[in-house]
Amino acid sequence: MKVLAAMSGGVDSAVAAARAVAAGHDVTGVHLALARNPQTYRTGARGCCTLEDSRDARRAADVIGIPFYVWDMADRFHEDVVDDFVAEYAAGRTPNPCLRCNEKIKFAAVLDRAVALGFDAVVTGHHARLGPDGLLRRSVDIAKDQSYVLAVLTREQLDRSIFPLGDSTKAQVRAEAAERGLAVADKPDSHDICFIADGDTRGFLAGRLGEAPGDVVDASTGAVVGSHSGAYAYTVGQRRGLHLDRPAADGRPRYVLSITPKTNTVTVGPAEALEVSEVRAVRPVWTGDARPDAPVECEVQLRAHGDVVPATVALDGDLLHAELRRPVRGVAAGQAVVAYRSDPAGDVVLGSATITG
Amino acid sequence: MAYLDHAATTPMLDEALEAYVATAREVGNASSLHAAGRRARRRVEESREKVAAVLGARPSEVIFTGGGTESDNLAVKGIFWARRGAAPGRRRVVSSAVEHHAVLDAVDWLVEHEGAEVGWLPVDAAGRLDPEDLRAELAAHTDRVAVVTAMWANNEAGTIQPVAELAAVAAEHGVPFHTDAIQAVGQVPVDFGASGVAALTVTGHKLGGPTGVGALLLARDVPATPLLHGGGQERDIRSGTLDTAGIVAFAVAVETAVKGQQEYAARVAALRDDLVERVRRAVPEVIYNGDPTDRLPGNAHFSFPGCEGDALLLLLDAQGIACSTGSACSAGVAQPSHVLLAMGADDDRARSSLRFTLGHTSTQADVDALIAALPAAVDRARRAAALRTPR
Repeated sequence: MKVLAAMSGGVDSAVAAARAVAAGHDVTGVHLALARNPQTYRTGARGCCTLEDSRDARRAADVIGIPFYVWDMADRFHEDVVDDFVAEYAAGRTPNPCLRCNEKIKFAAVLDRAVALGFDAVVTGHHARLGPDGLLRRSVDIAKDQSYVLAVLTREQLDRSIFPLGDSTKAQVRAEAAERGLAVADKPDSHDICFIADGDTRGFLAGRLGEAPGDVVDASTGAVVGSHSGAYAYTVGQRRGLHLDRPAADGRPRYVLSITPKTNTVTVGPAEALEVSEVRAVRPVWTGDARPDAPVECEVQLRAHGDVVPATVALDGDLLHAELRRPVRGVAAGQAVVAYRSDPAGDVVLGSATITG
Repeated sequence: MAYLDHAATTPMLDEALEAYVATAREVGNASSLHAAGRRARRRVEESREKVAAVLGARPSEVIFTGGGTESDNLAVKGIFWARRGAAPGRRRVVSSAVEHHAVLDAVDWLVEHEGAEVGWLPVDAAGRLDPEDLRAELAAHTDRVAVVTAMWANNEAGTIQPVAELAAVAAEHGVPFHTDAIQAVGQVPVDFGASGVAALTVTGHKLGGPTGVGALLLARDVPATPLLHGGGQERDIRSGTLDTAGIVAFAVAVETAVKGQQEYAARVAALRDDLVERVRRAVPEVIYNGDPTDRLPGNAHFSFPGCEGDALLLLLDAQGIACSTGSACSAGVAQPSHVLLAMGADDDRARSSLRFTLGHTSTQADVDALIAALPAAVDRARRAAALRTPR
């Protein structure tokens, strides 16, 4: 096949591209320039959007022996990922920008352009399995598994995707990179959010949304127990950084229970008040099997690297409803609920949807 | 492979390569006092005379450098510093909107770090400067202009500037005029003395010489402050051990290119005209940028409406055809060409442009290969550009 390998400049995508070549594909490497101003993105070894990363990707393509280009996706990325990220926080939700980038950039804008230019598929270095059965499964390396941020992909998108790393651990990928003479073999993993240079999400949001002082309210008493400089900066389940003026009557720590943009209020309460037994979500995508008419017994994951809980999941039009077998704390609107079917050959992604409450 | 990017770099001429290898086998620092040094010095001076002779300069006006970017920087910054040093009020640089980044960025640096002010001259739709604009600019800033710099021929659109007229206007005001003639030497007649310019940039690898060696022709009465300080080579203007082999090969290439210019231009322009006609037939909506006739013989520059230049480049590259989208930023992302924008093109047209440049190794087969691959590539690129991400 004629395939396009998205190369971030990191070790995973470099090895993925090399494996695509080894598998007999006609591979072209592309680095996505996502920063309008690369200096404002993460720099050094931690990023994926800097000039240094672009050079690393180019050098890896040289070593692998494939053509290499840089595609400017900065405008798309800003509209669909960065602006969306800010808008979601402003609406009191907690977005996952990596998931959004997969949904809107890598497997949409990039994939569509690739197909139009005559490519059959896009290859990425995601840690997930996608075999001949077309099912998306967790990576063998559970700690590095990225099936959660890929679960948003539709059948059409999956049919044009290749994930060559799903059967390998990160350690194996690094060892293979070293064997192949790829200089990125020991490049540190990227962390956090690529477009927030200093890792300060709250500061990033404040710069875009401005200071918006408001009250922190106790859920049980309704009393104002503190103040904040912008409700958007909080996430359900958050404990640190609340700076409450008054200790709780019971002396126990309090957590963010909800964010109400309308009144610019952050509501706090004890840990057990965070417990959720059912999850509602919208815009479901179902790729693990035929879209079910009846409720499905499965497992759900409610945030990246979050715990997995048994649940009953039902679809109803544009809605997804999950009954959890045991309560879970810290379920944030804007995150994805991903349904998995346990499987010895790698847990299978059944589908996903965006949590509303 | 059909190599249609000779304006980026062109293969070394056999005679230049042979001269390089033969000289590189010899030991000798041209500044040394012994026999080996004298031999190296003789090679350098013979090369200086060779370059001077074919470009209408005196040998003492030839300053060898590390290439075009260095020569441009030395001319722009060096003359600015020297002239401002002599008269602090002279801090204005006059340049054009279509210069190469080696000039543009040097000028911008002077503005940011040296308190320079700048007057940018506009171009017409073909990319050409009007000497009257320069006259008005100089009249409006009497005694304040340190240096004027404008290229001889444009690297993207291929437009040839009225350099002698511009230089004459600068001379009326007693302002030194520098021209970046990197794309011009060997392509069109270039005579340093007859043109009336004070300084002229030429580089090796655009005319069949090695990369990393070039020259600044600098009139003896024009002061220039050095960029590099050290051993005092090259009239104390450009320190650094002379690259004897590079200079010898450069001089051979300059001499060969200039002496063969007429014949070369006739042959390459005929090929280019064939390319242009057939591209127009294959893609009727194409826009031929620059001056339709008065342009560099090897240059063909188009906008392909509805396409993105970088997509076309990828598709043609996959078919073994090498061409260029024009200027690229440091990340390798295609930016809309500042040259096309200065010529009045909008962003889409600038982004849809592609440059094909022919050179001394170009053949009819190269043009045939392009024409064979182009229609399908344009078709695909159009489909790709028409995409909008579903929201």
